[in-house]
Amino acid sequence: MMGLFATAWLGRLTWDAFPHVLVTQAAAVGIVVGGLVVLALITYFGKWRWLWHEWLTTTNHKRIGVMYIIVAVLMLLRGGSDALMMRLQQATSVGAHAGPFSPDMFQQVFSAHGTIMIFFVAMGLMFGLINLVLPQQLGSRDVAFPFMNALSFWLFTAGMVLTNLSLVIGEFSAAGWLAYPPLSELKYSPGVGVDYWIWSLQIAGIGSLMSGINFMVTILKNRCKGMTLMKMPVFAWSVFSSMSLVAFAFPILTVALTLLYFDRAFGMHFFTAGAGGNAMMYVNLIWAWGHPEVYILVLPAFGIYSEIVATYSRKRLFGYTSMVWALWAIVFLSFTVWLHHFFTMGAGADVNAVFGIATMLIAIPTGVKIFNWLFTMYRGRIRFASPMVWFMGFVFLFISGGVTGVLMAVPPIDFQVHNSLFLVAHFHTMVVTGVVFGFMAGLTYWFPKIFGFRLHEGLGKIAAWCWIVGFVLAFFPLYILGLMGATRRLDHYSASLGWQPLFIVAGVGVLVIAAGVFFQLLQLAVSIWQRNERRDLTGDPWNGRTLEWATASPTQEYNFAVLPEVTTRDAFWEMKQTTGLPEAKAYHDIRVPKNSPHPIIIAGFAFLAGFGFIWHIWWLAAIALVGVLATIFTHTLSDDDGERVIPAAEVAATERAWHARRKAA
Amino acid sequence: MSETLTARQELNVERQVADERTLFGFWTYIMTDCVLFASLFATYAVLHDNTFGGPAGSKLFDLHSVLVETLCLLTSSFTMGLAILAAQKRLKSAVRLWLAVTFVLGAVFLCIELSEFHHLAVTGNSWRRSGFLSAFFTLVGTHGLHITVGLSWIVGMWLKIGRRGFTRANVRRLTMLSLFWHFLDIVWIFIFTVVYLMGVAQV
Repeated sequence: MMGLFATAWLGRLTWDAFPHVLVTQAAAVGIVVGGLVVLALITYFGKWRWLWHEWLTTTNHKRIGVMYIIVAVLMLLRGGSDALMMRLQQATSVGAHAGPFSPDMFQQVFSAHGTIMIFFVAMGLMFGLINLVLPQQLGSRDVAFPFMNALSFWLFTAGMVLTNLSLVIGEFSAAGWLAYPPLSELKYSPGVGVDYWIWSLQIAGIGSLMSGINFMVTILKNRCKGMTLMKMPVFAWSVFSSMSLVAFAFPILTVALTLLYFDRAFGMHFFTAGAGGNAMMYVNLIWAWGHPEVYILVLPAFGIYSEIVATYSRKRLFGYTSMVWALWAIVFLSFTVWLHHFFTMGAGADVNAVFGIATMLIAIPTGVKIFNWLFTMYRGRIRFASPMVWFMGFVFLFISGGVTGVLMAVPPIDFQVHNSLFLVAHFHTMVVTGVVFGFMAGLTYWFPKIFGFRLHEGLGKIAAWCWIVGFVLAFFPLYILGLMGATRRLDHYSASLGWQPLFIVAGVGVLVIAAGVFFQLLQLAVSIWQRNERRDLTGDPWNGRTLEWATASPTQEYNFAVLPEVTTRDAFWEMKQTTGLPEAKAYHDIRVPKNSPHPIIIAGFAFLAGFGFIWHIWWLAAIALVGVLATIFTHTLSDDDGERVIPAAEVAATERAWHARRKAA
Repeated sequence: MSETLTARQELNVERQVADERTLFGFWTYIMTDCVLFASLFATYAVLHDNTFGGPAGSKLFDLHSVLVETLCLLTSSFTMGLAILAAQKRLKSAVRLWLAVTFVLGAVFLCIELSEFHHLAVTGNSWRRSGFLSAFFTLVGTHGLHITVGLSWIVGMWLKIGRRGFTRANVRRLTMLSLFWHFLDIVWIFIFTVVYLMGVAQV
């Protein structure tokens, strides 16, 4: 009777869904206890009201940016633990020795690692930094659609919570980070793991799509007076190119995930092995999104490097125009190369040759960018601050990854190393040194702008060196292992292969990276501790060039009391050379976006809908979807203009206080 | 006095700019929706021969009802245009009338589509039958889902215009609604051609 009740009302959800394995139990208990401790602390300190009004309902782009980064850093710790577990397994699971994790568990771990690192770490850091910096660089008060911006963030968070919920209730996908069918079809993955994967990404992905639209419109419509497109900072250009990729690529992801879910839940036959399905169609769709996705991540990182190199070399960026054209060449080419992820599909020599050549072509605009950065440094007055350490690590390692990429663009070579650890080493070089190093450098660079004080330099440099050295130790052995024939995703191998020493070196490398993360956390703690000595009173701690440095640190809620007018690139640098920072004589009322509880409510309903779809609790999914639509209708049809006025007197007081601080410093 | 007037004028300009921005954002959204439909069309193109021993489109489609559907939707696009013209002249009851006509035509379209789906499902040709039918139901059904959203938007708009008239926000919403509706019309032309006409022509 109980069973009948459960199947009728709770879909596939039963007591068996709760974890039985010690590791997952420990993780589940950790999540639940950790969550309860946080809730208890908030209650103890009476911070609920503050949290709700200042953060959870905010529509201010800077607050949203900070929240993105908090989520991304937490997820970096989660995804990093997955990496440690994988290295532990592969270093010990040899010959007669079984590793600590069962094959199924190991598969969940590597699936979760890839999913989390791309969707919730890299994307989170990217959207966080864009939110924090872009509107200020454009001389604007906010993004084009502040409400939608908050909604994007909360959908991203709902997806993140869903992914992590799979540790506590049910299981995660064991089908790899892109869940290729037929393995990911119901027949071979009957559990809820793949459904968790689908709905986490679907919800977060819709948020990303909205962010893409939002930032595109922001760049095209919210620039200050005089800032023509070719006078924008290169970071803004990189965001523009990346976000147009989002707008064109993410709908494809939405479709691919939906069709896979339809197969699994409603017995359709898009990608099934029989009944007229075509599994390769999924692989085509997912890479038509997935290849642009890696450029979505790396282009903003390129933008960050461009800002940093110019600032720390105290020179104009070399080859601005060629930088912009290189970005758009990469945007165009990134949609023409997706097939190189499956040269072995059997499309034939002609097709493979076209995609191989297109892939090699991408090296040209990327090379242009590298040379531009180097020429910017040439004869510059370089300060080797910690962002430059990240940058130098990036240049050396990224080029090595680029070279192996061109190597694999040659189809006959790709046939040899396809799905081997050589590939794993290649794409980690691109994503870790390209994307993650860039975002770490960006975080260090813009940290004072966000929080008002500088990070500790010494610890920052140690952390960067740990990452660089750890990276080399962790991934260069994988190139060798790949050439020796080690395929990716191995949970066990024979001792006679002689691979173990290299796997142990790789494991040590990941430990060194973990030490880097530890030093970053220490750096944060020490910097907060010493925040009073590290205050940035000028708003321009690095002698910056672009408009975000023309505001106070931390930036005023409205960014600019008087919207700036610019005539050149590097507008703030020009200002400093000529007139100095202008101070307005009179101030006016400023309208800023008002808080709204609707984004977090919509995302809450989306989360419940996702949960219902995963467990086939159809009534819950239906109610939650109605909730989503009702909240959207309530919001869009309300006559509230969503704005709040900051009176001129308050603006004047804030501005005068800041200018006084600035001059005193 | 004159100074406050200037401030108000400034606010007006700012609001206008904001409206244009929203419209531009909506165009961008429509572009992304185009990519979504393009992916579904591509999937349909790849799978349309995969009938797995089941019937092909030429055996299943009834062009008569599809023609009625098409005429309904095309006419509804026209009546939506009339609603916009009436809105420009600030004729409240005319706008509401044309919105109501658009709604009825859209609802007829949706009913015919649902009855076609129902007929296919009960005669053993549901989305479970073959890769072709999965792709058919999903492509046409996604358009139908968009139509459903559009219909509820029309209801909301009808109520809103009735209550508040032609406020700036309402005019903006109405413009976006009409864009959305015309967009669905264009997508339908492609479905009509690629799915139905080419499906029936195929032997």
